[in-house]
Amino acid sequence: MTNETAAIEARGLGKRYGHRWALADCTLSIPAGHVAGLVGPNGAGKTTLINLATGMLAPTTGTVEVLGGRPAAGSQQLARVGYVAQDTPVYDGLSVADHFRLGAHLNPRWDAGLARRRIEQLGLDPKQKAGRLSGGQRAQLALTLALAKRPELLILDEPIASLDPRARREFLQVLMNAAADQELSVLISSHQVADLERVSDYLIVLIASRVQIEGEVDDLLASHHLLTGPRRDAASMPAGQQVITESHAGRQSTFLVRSSGPVIDPAWTVEPVSLEDLILAYLGHTAGSPEGQMLEINQ
Amino acid sequence: MIWVTWRQFRPQAITAAIALGAAAILLVATRPGLVAGYTAAGLPTCHASCAALASNFLDRVGNLDHVLFYGTAFLMYLVPAVMGLFWGAPLIAREIEAGTHRIAWNQSVTRTRWTLAKLGLVGLAAVATAGLFSLMVTWWASPIDAASLFGGSAVTAASGAHGVHVTFSGFAEARLDPVIFDARGVAPLGYAAFAFALGVTAGVLLRRTVSAMALTLVVFVVVQVLVPNFVRPHLLPPAHYTAPLSTGHGQVNVNAASGVTDIVLTAPFAKAGAWVLSDVVITPSGAPSNVIMTSAGPELTALPRGCLSTSGPGINPLACRKLLAAMHLRQSVTYQPASRFWPLQWIETAIYLLLAAGLGWVCVWQVRRRRAP
Repeated sequence: MTNETAAIEARGLGKRYGHRWALADCTLSIPAGHVAGLVGPNGAGKTTLINLATGMLAPTTGTVEVLGGRPAAGSQQLARVGYVAQDTPVYDGLSVADHFRLGAHLNPRWDAGLARRRIEQLGLDPKQKAGRLSGGQRAQLALTLALAKRPELLILDEPIASLDPRARREFLQVLMNAAADQELSVLISSHQVADLERVSDYLIVLIASRVQIEGEVDDLLASHHLLTGPRRDAASMPAGQQVITESHAGRQSTFLVRSSGPVIDPAWTVEPVSLEDLILAYLGHTAGSPEGQMLEINQ
Repeated sequence: MIWVTWRQFRPQAITAAIALGAAAILLVATRPGLVAGYTAAGLPTCHASCAALASNFLDRVGNLDHVLFYGTAFLMYLVPAVMGLFWGAPLIAREIEAGTHRIAWNQSVTRTRWTLAKLGLVGLAAVATAGLFSLMVTWWASPIDAASLFGGSAVTAASGAHGVHVTFSGFAEARLDPVIFDARGVAPLGYAAFAFALGVTAGVLLRRTVSAMALTLVVFVVVQVLVPNFVRPHLLPPAHYTAPLSTGHGQVNVNAASGVTDIVLTAPFAKAGAWVLSDVVITPSGAPSNVIMTSAGPELTALPRGCLSTSGPGINPLACRKLLAAMHLRQSVTYQPASRFWPLQWIETAIYLLLAAGLGWVCVWQVRRRRAP
């Protein structure tokens, strides 16, 4: 896997349903080799972006390339991308073993040993019908089906949204191990920031159908600062410091700024920001986002 | 894809195999009786004027066989509809409903191949199942169908109360009659292919199994009513027959026995196994006569003046006969001869297969360009 080819590269990508844009003018380039978190409130366009990247949807405007190819363009391209869809669908009438037979018949690079080992670790009965599995087990089965395909890129759409905390933790643990072992690129969407914070080293924040920020988590954290100091107007901040949020209490002001260089003004107390604060800030930055659209911070 | 398609289709395949087996047991068990009756009537060795022998045989067909004759015909209408409703409609619609198409379309198999494999394999199974049913039913009913082709009839001519009736040498439903045609030969293969493709297409377009089943049923029934009535008669140019009622085979019989005043005309048209599309009695100028067709046969709407007896009730036979002869009535028949059975079967099968192929193409195209899950 060369770093020259992005895992996902979108240019001016948009999808319109009637008059409503589910995704608008989305330009991003996710380098290969990352676990990229796609975060945003419900209805922000995460699923649309993922459907465009997996070729389940055709774009209205712009282009999207996955590992340098058009999504779902042929069996070769399909073999390179694994996909765990929202609500982790499985064939209720088929057994766990049947799912693996299906995978083996439909994928040239199928790794039967990997599938078997994973099921042993999970303690699943191969004869069990998938319809009788618990939510967490279904999600694990869907993940195994996608991993044993031996993809170069794994795309997961809200895979853990409906899982209980323990199942969620286990799922993410498996995902993290697989990403490390198989040298996978991963794109995982969630509206649960805490989950993504644990696994992602790359972040895309999508709000109201637009990309707000995109970048490696370390870079994003390094370029954002929480400033506290005497009361001051946001307009008077230096040009290099983009104010994301501001709050004022009495004689004191607090700003979250994006700045490429360090903040050296001695009037400020400078603190680093957590990923959670950062995402929240961007959510607040898109003014007037209603309460219902808020990100879920804790479970 | 073959294994995957088979694995998902297995429950339906088992059901079909059980139904085929049950039908086979019933038909194999009851056919020897039919064959015995056919042989006893002397039909296997009959070479000319077999209509009476055939009628004799048909009169003696037992109640169970009667029920089976029409029951199997009904079964043959049902089989293609079942293929459309229970095999076709859910094939892709159920995947979309359950979201499993998102698994299927993200394995290393293109959607086109996935759709073609499902359409091809399950469609082939539908056609094969319908073919086996049709083969069994056609085989079982062959003594009755053959007797009908000899011109045999189990229906005795009805006589009306008052008026003029023409009795035909009536045929039991011959193979070309729409009631039987749809249940014999190769046509059910075409119907099954069409119904199946219709179901799949409805499922792809509506994305809901139940709505797709409803749409499939409605469209299939409409097509199956329209085709025999408006399309099949014109698939091959129909033959025409016209002949005087009072000459040749036909003669005017006046029957005034026991107070019943009937004037019975015998129509000359006697082509066993023909599918009569229109049958009218016309005047020499070609205009419709006042003889109209009724279920009991053609009936004179008004007795010619002078037909009624001047001395008491009843009619005057001699006067009536003369009056009717002077009218020079002719029977005019448009029909498909019995020999057209197989040509019409093949043509219709080909049309339905083409329709099925067209619908299959729509499915592939729709799955390829699908918008939102």
